[in-house]
Formats: sequence, structure tokens, C-alpha cells
Amino acid sequence: MDFGPYLLLASLEGAVTAAVLALMAAGLSLVFGVMRVVNVAHGEFYMLGAVLAWVVASAVGGGPVLGFVAALVVAPLLVGALAAAADVTVLKRLDYDPERTIVATIGLLYILQQLTLMGYGPEARPVAPPFNARLALPWVEWGDAGPQLYWPWGLSITSYKLFVIGAAVAVLAGLWLFMTRTRVGLVMRATQLDGEMAQAFGIPVERVYAGVFGLGAALAALAGVLIVPIQQAHYLMGGEALLLSFIVVIIGGLGSLAGTVIAAVLIGMSDGIISVFFSPTLAKIIATLLVAFVLVFRPRGLMGKAAR
Amino acid sequence: MTGRGREIALHGGLVALLAVLAFVLPAYHHGNVARVMVLAVYAMGYNLAFGYTGLLSLGHAMFFAAGMYGMGLPAYHLGLGAGLSFVAGLAAAAGLALAVGVLALRTAGVAFMIVTLMFSQAAYLTILLFGTYTRGDEGLVLTRASRVLAGVDLSDPMARYVAALGLFAVALFFTLWLVRQPEGRVLVAIRENEERAELLGYNVFRHKLAAIVLSGTMSGAAGAAYGLLFGYVGASFAEVQYSIFPLLWVLLGGAGTVIGPFLGTLFMFYLIDLSADITSAYMLIAGLALVLLTLFAPQGLGGEIRRRWAGWLP
Repeated sequence: MDFGPYLLLASLEGAVTAAVLALMAAGLSLVFGVMRVVNVAHGEFYMLGAVLAWVVASAVGGGPVLGFVAALVVAPLLVGALAAAADVTVLKRLDYDPERTIVATIGLLYILQQLTLMGYGPEARPVAPPFNARLALPWVEWGDAGPQLYWPWGLSITSYKLFVIGAAVAVLAGLWLFMTRTRVGLVMRATQLDGEMAQAFGIPVERVYAGVFGLGAALAALAGVLIVPIQQAHYLMGGEALLLSFIVVIIGGLGSLAGTVIAAVLIGMSDGIISVFFSPTLAKIIATLLVAFVLVFRPRGLMGKAAR
Repeated sequence: MTGRGREIALHGGLVALLAVLAFVLPAYHHGNVARVMVLAVYAMGYNLAFGYTGLLSLGHAMFFAAGMYGMGLPAYHLGLGAGLSFVAGLAAAAGLALAVGVLALRTAGVAFMIVTLMFSQAAYLTILLFGTYTRGDEGLVLTRASRVLAGVDLSDPMARYVAALGLFAVALFFTLWLVRQPEGRVLVAIRENEERAELLGYNVFRHKLAAIVLSGTMSGAAGAAYGLLFGYVGASFAEVQYSIFPLLWVLLGGAGTVIGPFLGTLFMFYLIDLSADITSAYMLIAGLALVLLTLFAPQGLGGEIRRRWAGWLP
């Protein structure tokens, strides 16, 4: 393949990564924005979404479409409920103290990961995509008679990958409408601005927190369900996803949905493209150091009120 | 007994007890306790930053690994003797701690946690990147010849135990001495109220940097000793897990107590050792311990003892 088509292919793969990453990071950013909690267990909610997708799809049977749709509904709901329960039983009792909640969510991370290892096992398992038509893509080449379209070998994308991109866009648009146009979204934003004042105005802040934590986890789980027909479900898949979403959320500015989405596109695309040119390990080193230096030299600008 | 006498009796008694155990313990536990003592030095190093200065780092594995690789690489590739390579390990950890401290201490709280986590992750990936020299996850196995210190073969179980105990005793009494010094008091003052310490005229940044460098060097000493005593240097010691472990040990044993890190390490080591018979998912125990500790006993074992019976516990 020539360089041009190759780059297009890398960007398309990058767009799929970006779509999934944006969903996950939006959940992380929402939780931090409203609750000021850095949820280290966020990657495990993503992993649980993927693992539950496999469980549901294999339990339902009756063709890949039915199983996948069932997983798309059931897995985020279950994970969201689990996260809300964790909020009420653990995080609430810590008074959302920033440092202690990080330690507690690290504990939660290991509990979820190891319980999955015990129940689901160390294997990586796939879920069949509901549809998977291969779509060849054209490329323009300047031949002797001006620009010409041709179909380079290997330049293609599956319909399922396009669906992932579309679904992520739809869900994020829905989330934005939910936050800006509904009463519940208004209550959440009020809590984000000033929790105590919101409480004084009769907003049930504790229930808002449980709801936000559940919603954030459900977004991660949804990302997990969407990715599992492309990657397989594995009990350790949360770690790298968590790292990438941290990077996205910090670069994008915590609590800002638009910033998160822009950063996800940036990171997702460049992850696809950079790993074409550099070794993946070196790319990751650059990315982690970038995050560290952003935090060191712009702590207040990007971390907002957390950098006390 | 006066406060000073009680302290020396308690900590000296612990070292004496461990010395007696060297001759009593069966082989399996003999090796375990030697390991626990080295890891407890790591926990004590972590405790200097977290317990006494209030700096919650999620990246101490990089200091442990810096000590380990700073010792292991010259020993493996250049055939440096055990003593010199141990010193090289200390220097590597101290240098890294100084560099990371200068950068990371510009942040505080949650940002500090994430910055240390990211630096540590970068350090781990760097070890993998230079796989030609470090052999990545596979690690380096040190030869017996490179583990001889002043004519003593450290691969011999008894020599290993004595060396571990020696390092442990040095770290224990150094910590005890430090926290009774004005320097140690300033660190506690910073932990309790940073603004007030600054208002009183202390250069908070410089004291915090000193704490990070001491903490990193002690963690590096543990890493170098671990490699030397157990003959293995591997990238897995730089993983996130090894940053979480000292936090767990210190929380369990009691942050800001001299004896707490040892208690926490010993307790957790045997908890995981015993649960390994039941399940391979031993990190489940660590996770449960973290959640339960933050919920019910944020002061840990040592903190509870201090609160209930012995207010003098340093």
C-alpha cells in the first residue's frame, strides 16, 4: 500500500479508538466534574462492560444481533447499578475526601479485577459483531489522465466499526442534551458548581452523587460493550483504557464535555498514527510524560479546583 | 520508663527478637521473614513521604526499581562488586527522587498522585524499551559471584537473613532518629497544616524535597538489597502494583508510626501467602484490605495502638 491510503487506514482505526475513548473519558470527566472524585476503578467498569457483553451474548443465544442488543442494554445498566451501590456503601462514607477515595477506588479496582478472574477466567473471549460487512474504500491517484479513483488492496473498514463511531457520536450528543436541556442535568450542574449550596436549595445531593457515579460507570461499560466485537474481553483490559482516559481527561480539561471529546479525538487519532511511525512503547512513554508535564506546569488550568 | 527509654526498648526489642528468630525459624519462614524485612525498608521509605510528610505518591515503584536496576545493571553487565553496585543503586534512586521531586512537588493533592503515577509508568515503560540491556519482564538473574559482599556469600540463607536484618535495623533507627529531630517535626507540621508551616517561616518546598529524596533513597536501598539478596532484577517490580503495595502496607500498619510499616508488611505478606493456597486471585485480598482500611481504620494497626494504649508511640 502507498503512504496515503495507509495513513487513511490508520486514521480510520484511530477514529474507532477515539469514539470508544470519548465515551469512557466522558464518564470519568463527569464523575470528576460533579463529585471531585478521581475514579481509579473506571477502567474496571469498562472491562466489566466487555465481560458482561460476552456473558449476556452467550446466555441469550438466537443470533449475534439479538445477543448484542441485549448486551448493549443489560451491561451498562448492571454496571451502573453496581457503581451506584459502591458509591453509597463506600465513597459516601468517606465524605468524598479526594485522597481517601483514590485509595478506596484502587481497592475497588483490584476487587473487581480479581473477582472477574475468579468468575470468568484468564481467557480472552470474543463476541460476534451483529453485522460485519467489509466496505472497500477508494483512493484518488493522479495518473496520466488527471485524478483517478481506485480501490487499493487492504484499504477497507467494516460496517461494525462505522456503527461504533456513529453510536459514540449519538450517545455523546444525547449526554450533552441531557446535561443542558433536562431538569436532572440542571440539578447535576448545580451540584457541580456548589454542592453545599445545592443542598441548601433542597437538591438531594447524595442521590445525585450516586446517580452520577452510576452514569459515569455505565458510559464506561457501554464503551466496553462496543469494543468487545473488535477486541476480545479480558480481565486485564481495564488498565490501559484507564491510562488513556486519564490522558484524555487531563489534556481536555476536567469536567468539560466538549474538551474531553476534542482531546479523545486528538489522542485516539494520534495513537493510531503515532504507532505507525514509532514503537508503541515509546509512544506510550511520550504520552505519559506529556500528561505529567501538563499537570506539573499547568496544574491549576487543567485540574481546576482539585489542585489545592 | 522515660519516653526515650521506652522507644529504644520497643524498637531495640523488635530487632533483638528478629535476630533470635534467625536461629529458630524453619527454612520456609526464615526466607519469608528476610523478604519481609527488606520490603519493610521499602515501606518505611514510603512512610517518610506519606506518613510523616503527607505526600501521597502513587509512583514509588520507580524508586524501588531505580535502586534495583542501578545495582543490577552494573553488577550484571560490568561485573561490579556487590558493595559498589549497591552504592550505585542508592545513587540512582536518590538522583531520580531529586529530579522527580523538583517536578512533582510543584503540584499537590490529586495532581501529585497522578503525576507520580505517570512518571512511574514512564519509568516502567523505559525499562521495557531498553529490553536489550534490562531483558524487560524476563529480568536479569545475578550470578553468585556478583552477590558476594566482603567475602560473605549473600545467597546463603543465614547471610541473607543477617544482611536483611542489618539493613532493616539501620532504616528503623534512622527513621526513629529523624522523626525526633527538628527536621522530622517540621515534616509532621507540613503534613498537619502546610500553610501554617509556611507562615512560620519554613521553606516548605525544600523540606518536602528533602523528604522525597530520603524516602526515594530508602526505597531504592530496599530495591537494591532485594535484587542483591534474592538474585533477581525484573521489570515487574516497577509496575503499578509495586507502587500500591507500600501504600497498603503503611496504611495497614499505621501511617506516621516508626514500627507500623514493618507490622503492615508482615501482616499483608502472610495474609497473601496463606490465601494463595485458596485462590490464585490474591490481589483480591489486597483490594478488600484497602477498601476496609480506608473505611474503618484509616490510622492502621499502629495508629489504633497509639490511640488506645500508647500515646507515646513515635
